[in-house]
Amino acid sequence: MATNAPSPRQPTDWNTDAMQRRIKARYRAEKRFRFYGLFAVVLSAGFLAFLLVTMISSGARGFTQTELEVPINFAASDLFLDPAQLAGDNADAALSAADIEGVVRSAAIEAYGEDGGDLISNGSWIRVRDAIAADPQLLTGTETFWLQASTELDFGSRGDTGTRRAQLPERQAMISRWNRLEEAGQVRRGFSWTFLTASDSSDPTLVGIWGALKGSLLTMAVTLLLAFPIGVLTAVYLEEYAPQNRWTDIIEVSINNLAAVPSIIFGLLGLAVFINTFQLPRSAAIVGGLTLALMTMPVIVIAGRNAIKSVPPSIRDAALGIGASRVQVLAHHVLPLSLPGILTGTIIGMSRALGETAPLLLIGMRAFVATPPGGLTDPATALPVQIFLWSDELDPGFVEKTSAAIIVLLVALLAMNGIAIWLRNKYEQRW
Amino acid sequence: MSAFALFFLVAGLAIIGWVSARMRVLRMQPVAGPRAHSLPGYHGWYVALWLAIPALLFLIVWSVVSPGLIEQSVLASPAANALPDARIEREAILNEARALADGSLQAAFNEEARALVPAFEQAIGFYGMIGIVATLILAFAGGAFAFLRIRPDFRARNRVERVVMWVLLLASLIAILTTVGIVASLLFETIRFFGRVSIVEFVFGTHWSPQSASAGGDEGSFGAIPLFWGTVLIGAIIAMIVAIPLGLLSAIYLTQYAKPRVRSVMKPVLEILAGVPTVVYGYFAALTVAPAVRDFAVNVLGVSSASSESAIAAGVVMGVMIIPFVSSMADDSIAAVPGAMRDGSLAMGATNSETIKRVLVPAALPGIVGGVLLAVSRAIGETMIVVMAAGLAANLTANPFESVTTVTVQIVQLLTGDQEFDSSKTLAAFALGLVLFVVTLLLNIVALGVVKRFREAYE
Repeated sequence: MATNAPSPRQPTDWNTDAMQRRIKARYRAEKRFRFYGLFAVVLSAGFLAFLLVTMISSGARGFTQTELEVPINFAASDLFLDPAQLAGDNADAALSAADIEGVVRSAAIEAYGEDGGDLISNGSWIRVRDAIAADPQLLTGTETFWLQASTELDFGSRGDTGTRRAQLPERQAMISRWNRLEEAGQVRRGFSWTFLTASDSSDPTLVGIWGALKGSLLTMAVTLLLAFPIGVLTAVYLEEYAPQNRWTDIIEVSINNLAAVPSIIFGLLGLAVFINTFQLPRSAAIVGGLTLALMTMPVIVIAGRNAIKSVPPSIRDAALGIGASRVQVLAHHVLPLSLPGILTGTIIGMSRALGETAPLLLIGMRAFVATPPGGLTDPATALPVQIFLWSDELDPGFVEKTSAAIIVLLVALLAMNGIAIWLRNKYEQRW
Repeated sequence: MSAFALFFLVAGLAIIGWVSARMRVLRMQPVAGPRAHSLPGYHGWYVALWLAIPALLFLIVWSVVSPGLIEQSVLASPAANALPDARIEREAILNEARALADGSLQAAFNEEARALVPAFEQAIGFYGMIGIVATLILAFAGGAFAFLRIRPDFRARNRVERVVMWVLLLASLIAILTTVGIVASLLFETIRFFGRVSIVEFVFGTHWSPQSASAGGDEGSFGAIPLFWGTVLIGAIIAMIVAIPLGLLSAIYLTQYAKPRVRSVMKPVLEILAGVPTVVYGYFAALTVAPAVRDFAVNVLGVSSASSESAIAAGVVMGVMIIPFVSSMADDSIAAVPGAMRDGSLAMGATNSETIKRVLVPAALPGIVGGVLLAVSRAIGETMIVVMAAGLAANLTANPFESVTTVTVQIVQLLTGDQEFDSSKTLAAFALGLVLFVVTLLLNIVALGVVKRFREAYE
């Protein structure tokens, strides 16, 4: 006889108070946990939104400029410049010898009183010079120019923003000054083409991103021309040809490691190898492009390998079976089929390279470059580096310009990623 | 003719070679009888490659060598005797004369430079002509050699494919070359650095002030402990305190709770966080987060020593940047846990959150830990956020509201500004770079090992 049979267990009574409380507590914990998760997602997304809103709200003004109306009477001014002088070959020399800056300043003082010179930007006379160069006949009469306002007047145009700085007496004076000028119709605000067409400057009212953008484009061109072919060829070799041996392992390990190396290390490499050993010019687009190409190549290799791997073996076998050689299989079937994947990976790698700053700082692309680079070896800077340089400026007028440049960079990156996603969705094949 | 134009000329010749070789083999092919071994296009490629490769290789070598030859012949000319002996002036004048000679400069500043222009022009013309002639001879010789070998039974395809094979192999060797280049350049400069500063001081010293080092002796100002500590404080502690909970909880919510539509929207949104350039985060940290953190610390917490370049501002922003990284790693590892484990737990009556906390997360823990290690390695190598938002002062402090500096900040600091390459300051940057490289590499190897073993456990 089994004497030690287990005593029949009482069924749990789920209706007791204790049990009900327990279940409630467990459901509460469930809800709480779910809420934590939601909170984490919302917080992360909220941070992104906050970042974008901050950049857009402070950067939107960077695309605009404030202008002041200044009548200049050239005939009565002490600008000893004759239209005839500007007709010949010596026009540039004559223009640079003339004190246009002084004339513009005194015209502003004449129009707006003692501090009139402080209302216009220090570099605004360049506009007058260019106008004279285009039409020397201006010198014979009086002409009204819209000149870039100084940072101070521009701050006045913002009105009382309620910040501590806006309460300063000189800022308050400028605000009322602006209001008076606005009533008189002597100031205007508008879209600033300068910002899109000019280059770096020490004066925030005159800066533009074109120089940096062009430097970025040149750098990216070098990067693409090097990283894309090398990356694709490496991916093809590793997927289709590489024998299983130690060499292949070394190549694979180095590529995977390169993909994880911090970008600043590539800057050190570029400095030591391209600049010190090969004596390539400092702060040139070609060095930046070479450095970023080394950084981008592993990304393309990894994306390319995945794309090639996803082409089913049946396609290879079919082509081989009707007599194609391995290169023909590759060129006629495998590469065309994996191209969308490779291109997606390339665009993602390129967009990372476009936003990269640290390696470019190390190879000297942080130089002050006031003219757009004409070639690969000219001193250049890149858009992210320009943002970094402007963020270091003390002049408060640079804040909105920095944010505006960031908006341009983000738009460019968004466009690239959009194209990558579109490519992936359009051509993605499931086998 | 510039090297660029020559390149296009050779490329054009190669196209002509391709077309004519194709035509030749088509014409030679008997109307009846055995077919040619290779398709006509392969004969074309064979000729084009023979035509272009030797010529272009020569062109590359020549464009590296010829500036040196030009300079030598200019220095040998009588006009060069007037050059000053000081190397810097000499180089400047030579560069100016070169710019004048190739037309990129219109007016001379130095008399000596103007005197050298004819010599330069002559040398450039002479060596340029040699380059052009030699390139073209090579192109024609290679093309003719290949062209004459073409016959219907010539195995052109096999030869072209062998070239393709070599090109593929060469391309993949560039990855090895890059790795070797990184290791070699870092090691080489680091060894030079440790020739000047003792390695013990560098690794264990607590005083870092390279700016004062250049004036007097090097000893005593290259102790890197404060940098290592700052890097760990910002990248491995503060950033992870932000990134691990947020990333993990986001991953759990999006994979286990969210409706598919929410998931398909929120996942890309979180991934945007990883795509924002770091310079933007840095600017945001410096402009918005850092002042807010300082005001908070001073006004609410009463920390009077709070700096506007606090560790916490940089760390928090870096943590936000890392969120999608942690989240996607956690996502992958949770997805890799077999569904049976989850179903078993749910069938026993556990709620969702209990299943997640007691079954899924513990089972996925190795993968999550691996992901966190990868995130740490990315955080400590991150540069721009800390350059813009963290400070320069090498403080050894645990107070997150004070300013600390990191390895990457110091690399940037040491290498920008005055640029003689031999000073201990620049060499120190390479030593720091080597430390960074080794640490991130080790973290990656360990992390990938952990993740791999974890995957195998469930396969």
